[in-house]
Amino acid sequence: MARHVIAPVDELPPGTRKFLEIDGRPIAVFNIKGEYFGLLNRCPHQGASLCEGPLIGLAQSKKPGEIEYTKLGEIIRCPWHGWEFDVRTGQSYCDPRRFRVKAYPAHVEPGTSVVKGPYVAETIPVRIESDYVVVEL
Amino acid sequence: MNIQFRESTEAASPLTAKDAIKTAIADCDIHPARATRTELYPYLAKRWQHHLEVYGVHAYQGMMEGPPYPKAQPNASRRDAYPPEGGPQGSSLSFMQKQHLDPSNVQLGVLNPLNTGQGIRNHELSAALCSAINDWQIDKWTSKDKRLKASIVVGNEDGLAAAAEIRERAGDKNFVQVLLLSRNVEPLGQRRYWPIYQAAEEAGLPVGVHAFGFGGNPITPSGWPSYYIEEMVGHSQCQQSALASLVLEGVFERFPKLKMVMIEAGFGWAPSLAWRLDKVWQRLRSEVPHVKRPPSEYIREQVWWTTQPMEDPERREDLFDVIKWIGWDRLLFATDYPHWDYDEPSRVLPPGVSEANREAFYLGNARKLYGLTA
Ligand code: FES
Repeated sequence: MARHVIAPVDELPPGTRKFLEIDGRPIAVFNIKGEYFGLLNRCPHQGASLCEGPLIGLAQSKKPGEIEYTKLGEIIRCPWHGWEFDVRTGQSYCDPRRFRVKAYPAHVEPGTSVVKGPYVAETIPVRIESDYVVVEL
Repeated sequence: MNIQFRESTEAASPLTAKDAIKTAIADCDIHPARATRTELYPYLAKRWQHHLEVYGVHAYQGMMEGPPYPKAQPNASRRDAYPPEGGPQGSSLSFMQKQHLDPSNVQLGVLNPLNTGQGIRNHELSAALCSAINDWQIDKWTSKDKRLKASIVVGNEDGLAAAAEIRERAGDKNFVQVLLLSRNVEPLGQRRYWPIYQAAEEAGLPVGVHAFGFGGNPITPSGWPSYYIEEMVGHSQCQQSALASLVLEGVFERFPKLKMVMIEAGFGWAPSLAWRLDKVWQRLRSEVPHVKRPPSEYIREQVWWTTQPMEDPERREDLFDVIKWIGWDRLLFATDYPHWDYDEPSRVLPPGVSEANREAFYLGNARKLYGLTA
């Protein structure tokens, strides 16, 4: 599993997302309330660019007339047919048994750790003092 | 450690060449939109421009412009279909080409404009707006991309004016069908609409009946529902009553060369409606002696169906059974671009279909019906 630097942390503030292509795969990385999540940017239903959808909450009901709205800003809704997925896990809510979108771990690493390695000098203008969001795939 | 750093705020293109369907397709339900409110003015007499500014339009029901529900996605459209130059989804030809026509390999695209002049109480205004939409379709779309063909939009509630518009456009190769909507003031078999069928039959043009419309009746037969999801399934109920009316009023008997296309209301219900009609017709035929043959015969001979929203049963055998009843030669592939319930061409048809049937489904049937055999 290779790690890929996505951005310095201050370029991906809470509530934002970033789209990338890594090894030919379209990936989106989200900052949700200071936590980072990576998702494959392809809807398992019919292939839409999933992460262009809005981040909404999860509406659930134990019985008619009672609605709970939780996970605010943590559910991605596909821009085509509106299937909902949990950004944290990639789990689908309309058919969890059959569909999930691939999730990739993302986290922050200090600049001192990402500068190690042979490719750094050519590919990123690394400022050692900042931290970087890193996704693994 | 492999480190990559890419500047990108835009999403990667949703369709790569690999995803794009290889076979050529017809898309029999594309919705072009106007970029601005006044985009039709060049095609409207001053009299009607002023009328719109002063009086606006008066529909048979409220909430025609602002949708009565948010319709699942903005403008009921794919969120990724906003043209880069601005304007609503479906309003830019160049973006439609780039996002849909080219990657999906659309060889024939049938335009069905919505929110036009149909279902407006002022019949003169209705006719003027419909005629303007038809000119606009040529100017902005079909003359600029030969893959695109237009539907003649008519002021449906005034059958004579509608017939006049059809006759005026007859023979114009920019047009391949007449467009009606499923919700009208009366069910579509009624006499007021007959001049439309007569003119269409004479012109050799199929009549498409697209879901939606503004007839003033509740969206479902049992009243106004609470949820958009009920409207979505209500389209098929609405089309069923329209189709029953067309059969039982004798429209198909009177206009035996008339071809109808049921657009965007599903097709899985076709066999059961036909079975039920046949059964009651055997018992009640003396009430409608002008219906000379079992209703299912008219339906199978004179009705075509667009696929979107594609039926999606759990077992694909169920889908194949329904299609077998309808006929593999009767389905016309459609995506409904740019609307939110769009069907992606490469993902709708399950495996297990013969090459000949696939070709008919995706392209051949449409070419034949619309008289565009290559
Ligand atoms: S493609 Fe995402 S819900 Fe259909």
